[in-house]
Amino acid sequence: MQYRYKIAGGDFSNAGSVASSVKKILRQLNISHSVSKRIVIALYEGEVNIVAHAYSGIADVEIDSEKIRIVLTDKGPGIPDIPKAMEEGFSTASPQVREMGFGAGMGLSNMKKNSDTMNITSETGKGTVVELINYFSTDVR
Amino acid sequence: MKIAEIVSKLDLTVISGINGLNREVTGGYVSDLLSDVIGNAKEGSIWITLQTHQNIMAVASLKELAAVIIVKGSVPESDTVRKSNEENIPILSTKADTFTITGMLFKLLEKK
Ligand SMILES: Nc1ncnc2c1ncn2[C@@H]1O[C@H](COP(=O)(O)OP(=O)(O)O)[C@@H](O)[C@H]1O
Ligand SMILES: [Mg+2]
Repeated sequence: MQYRYKIAGGDFSNAGSVASSVKKILRQLNISHSVSKRIVIALYEGEVNIVAHAYSGIADVEIDSEKIRIVLTDKGPGIPDIPKAMEEGFSTASPQVREMGFGAGMGLSNMKKNSDTMNITSETGKGTVVELINYFSTDVR
Repeated sequence: MKIAEIVSKLDLTVISGINGLNREVTGGYVSDLLSDVIGNAKEGSIWITLQTHQNIMAVASLKELAAVIIVKGSVPESDTVRKSNEENIPILSTKADTFTITGMLFKLLEKK
């Protein structure tokens, strides 16, 4: 199965709606709670990063019998130094965004911790692609 | 312990999400950082925060939290209230600050 969601940059009012939709799908597919919890965390953070840091983006979600693959593709400033961005606490979020409780610099590390595979590619000035893969059973990892 | 019991014992005001008051509370979490809550809060917890915007309800719903306590008498925005009612996740308000209400809730949950 494949699903595609649009994400608008700057639209904090809808942040989390993709994660919420995918959570519902995973529940319908009877995916175990412990697996879906991790996916929801990783996807929420990926979604929020597009809202907070990019101009617009798309979440492509692909589910088969053994895994879920999420590809977040955005048009935006890109990430010039990915290892730096991955550091817990590093954030370029604006003061207003931080005041709302976003911009803790924990998003990418939450995504790393809660996915089985995470790949980031980014082109400065163009955009970022984040791939997240989670397996439904621990034996196929 | 049910939320309703916590409301009466801690003298909280129910702002919204009345249909969720019989949810069972299994713990608490205190943070104003959404990434911290999404990453670390446990399902069934009461979340204590000073944030009032609607993203707190998105997080509460994704994490299946029992309720949100907003501290220092702050008033949630109308979108936050609407989401709370939609999701049946109560928003509770206290005049107390985070330290005080956390201590009270901790004592209450520890007892049982
Ligand atoms: N999709 C993205 N586009 C551009 N920059 C990004 C994107 N995702 C993350 N970043 C950069 O990486 C930093 C760290 O991201 P993250 O760990 O999620 O923390 P936060 O979002 O709280 O700042 C961000 O502050 C930003 O500079
Ligand atoms: Mg982030």
